[in-house]
Amino acid sequence: MADALLEVESLTKRFGGVVASDQISLALKHGELHAIIGPNGAGKTTLIGQLTGEIAPDAGSVCFDGRDITAVPVYRRSALGLARSFQITSLFMDFTALDNVALAVQAHAGHSFRFWRDARRDRALREPALAALAGVGLAGRAHMTVADLSHGERRQLEIAMALATKPRMLLLDEPMAGMGPEESARLIEILRRLKNTMTILLIEHDMDAVFALADRISVLVYGRIIASGDPDAIRADVAVRQAYLGESAGAAHG
Amino acid sequence: MSKSLTPRVAVNVLLVLLLALVPVYAALTGSTFAMTLFARIMIMALAALSLNLIMGYGGMVSFGHAAYLGIGGYAVGILAKEGIASGFVQWPAAIAASALYALVVGALSLRTRGVYFIMITLAFAQMIYYVAIGLDRYGGDDGLTIYRNSQFGGLIDIGDKTVFYYLCFALLMAGIYAVWRIVNSRFGLVIQGARSNERRMRAIGFPTFRYKLACFVIAGAMCGLAGALLANHTSYISPAMMSWTRSGDLIVMAVLGGMRAAFGPLIGAMTFLLLEDVLARATDYPNLIIGPLLLIVAIYVNGGIDGLLGGARRG
Amino acid sequence: MLYFTEQLLNGIQLGMLLFLLAAGLTLIFGIMDLVNLAHGSLYMIGAYFAATFADWTDSFVFGAILALFATLVVGMVLEMTAIRRLYGRDHLDHVLATFGLLLFFNELVRLIWGPAGLTLSLPSEMLNAVQVLPGLYYPIYRLVIIGVTLAVGAALYVLVMRSRLGMLIRAGASNREMVGALGINIKLLYTLVFGLGAALAGFAGLMQAPILTVQIGMGENILIAAFVVVTIGGIGSIRGAFVAAMLVGIVDTIGRAFVPDLLHVYLNEAAASSLGRALSSMSIYLLMALVLIVRPAGLFPAASR
Repeated sequence: MADALLEVESLTKRFGGVVASDQISLALKHGELHAIIGPNGAGKTTLIGQLTGEIAPDAGSVCFDGRDITAVPVYRRSALGLARSFQITSLFMDFTALDNVALAVQAHAGHSFRFWRDARRDRALREPALAALAGVGLAGRAHMTVADLSHGERRQLEIAMALATKPRMLLLDEPMAGMGPEESARLIEILRRLKNTMTILLIEHDMDAVFALADRISVLVYGRIIASGDPDAIRADVAVRQAYLGESAGAAHG
Repeated sequence: MSKSLTPRVAVNVLLVLLLALVPVYAALTGSTFAMTLFARIMIMALAALSLNLIMGYGGMVSFGHAAYLGIGGYAVGILAKEGIASGFVQWPAAIAASALYALVVGALSLRTRGVYFIMITLAFAQMIYYVAIGLDRYGGDDGLTIYRNSQFGGLIDIGDKTVFYYLCFALLMAGIYAVWRIVNSRFGLVIQGARSNERRMRAIGFPTFRYKLACFVIAGAMCGLAGALLANHTSYISPAMMSWTRSGDLIVMAVLGGMRAAFGPLIGAMTFLLLEDVLARATDYPNLIIGPLLLIVAIYVNGGIDGLLGGARRG
Repeated sequence: MLYFTEQLLNGIQLGMLLFLLAAGLTLIFGIMDLVNLAHGSLYMIGAYFAATFADWTDSFVFGAILALFATLVVGMVLEMTAIRRLYGRDHLDHVLATFGLLLFFNELVRLIWGPAGLTLSLPSEMLNAVQVLPGLYYPIYRLVIIGVTLAVGAALYVLVMRSRLGMLIRAGASNREMVGALGINIKLLYTLVFGLGAALAGFAGLMQAPILTVQIGMGENILIAAFVVVTIGGIGSIRGAFVAAMLVGIVDTIGRAFVPDLLHVYLNEAAASSLGRALSSMSIYLLMALVLIVRPAGLFPAASR
């Protein structure tokens, strides 16, 4: 598909006897927000691992912007324009929020073999970082240590860091995890604004968020994509209802 | 950050003044003992400083750092024995040899982490230790006396104790300043970030391995310089310079003083070596006190002595 | 050939001693995540106790049993007073603390027993050699070491693989938090594990005392080798400790026995003897570096943490 930014072709991964990814194929169009849903243990973590390069697939390929990145190491994928946020908050705890985002900016500002100038006074790093923080509404928290931020603020910081690398595509791994209703609503707004400017792959349990934001949804069960299409089609799909939506109909905030 | 006179800043300033004035004290009393002792402290502080760069800021706990003290010292000693007494050849050789070994060790060790990293750096130090013991020509296990200090033409004469002392002082101060700048630079932030969360660093796009390796090499080179100084200070080199207990001493000095504190290694070296010296005079069994003291500091004092003075606690 | 077999047996015997030390270390590493530089001190204390008690009771066996018990007590007291405050802390805190303990114990031993070492003599029956192969006589006592350690190893295996305590130990090695969450008395478990490690170390010390040495600082040399064994074997794995101990013991002994001679074939006298000594001392470190480069987590890593 000429229009696809991300093309995943028959991605397969086995751990011992367990097939964590069973010939997964996906295609994300430029500018779409594609959500992946599925019960726990469906293999979402393994899928993300293969998309980011932390896990090597046994078979299949991942193509980004027409280029096969299946074997590209983790740190180079970011330079290609693929950014991710982590499901379990993974930040630099003893640094400030601003430091965290500035590091993400720094990663894409040439090499870092500079030994002399104070990086914390480097406007080329600090200004974009501050802007990214403002974009997620954390400007007021810029100088607080991450350890002192609330859970919701840390999740926002996760997104800010991913955004600071000026990506073409965002891979969001359960960004709503552990958030209360207010914080979730705020994050949904941020993502809605982002939708127009970039391609997003959203892994999420929170059905409100998924149906509010997704252009297309794929359903992952036991390592396989059992259905893929627009939100209404998915809502109506019998197999999906049986496997997944039927169970969580009562639990809206996963 | 306010520039107020906190206890920490006061202690650091006093320390520098104290060190600067030791030769004056020596001139007044006519005894060079204090100069010899404090020169040694400053040299070990430089070594501990280099270790702190990778360990305190980079999270790379090397149990083989004394190897570079040895390599630097042996570079000077071997060249001296072969008739090359020029410091302009010896000292760059010491630094280069240490940097080279650090490059090899780092390239192989930085693939591992945690306790394995500690062990493999220890192994590489042991290897070079045994090589030194096997060097019969250069004294083997007994070591080698150096009969001529490193010569610097008419520039300076480090045979003069006062001159040598101030050279050590200058190099240490320069080292502390350099480490401080490095640590806060872009490079330093990558190193610190890798210590804090290496997985995240790679996810945002840093090829962390090459930065950690570069840091490892810089630390090795700095320690090699300390080794060259040590060889000149004692006029003697021996494999004991790089025994694993010596590496342990360096770790103790760095942790005791407070890792991630600019003057931490100096405070740690001074405390540890002075304590050793004082207690050795007071009792036949100094380690009966030093041992438990280290234990207590490890358990109760977070952030080393610098932490006690109000510095940043270890996260 | 006979010489080779003799050295091989020596290597196995050394491996057995290393196994005793490494087993304790790897358990303590694996379960409490504790780096213990003072483990060699317990080895030393075991030897010193054995020499003293054997002297008092005029019996090697009684002395050994008392020494084993005494070392176990020392280990458990150490754990309860000092070691347990280190759990969960940075490895560096462990290094600093146990380094202090190492210095302390060396000095304490010097205070109590003096700077010269001790000797521990064997009962006369064990002093003989027995014919293991035509033409090869091997000291009975060394065979006893091999045999007894194998028995201890078997007992340890049964303990770890088949008993309830062992199950807790294995569970703790692969997932510490879970064991705590299950409501098991972690404190007691840790004290027992540390005590077991201490007893094993003391046992190794007293067993080697008659043939090798009883002196201050004896712990340091073998401790490094024990760390090498644990690293090669994989942290938390007793099986790994056994395999690695055999490897290390044999490589070290065979290396020291044959490398210098091998080099003499190719190099001149002086170079061969220098290089030979250096290489044979280095052999176990080369081995470890090689293993870690290929398998950064050792041969049998217990589990991911």
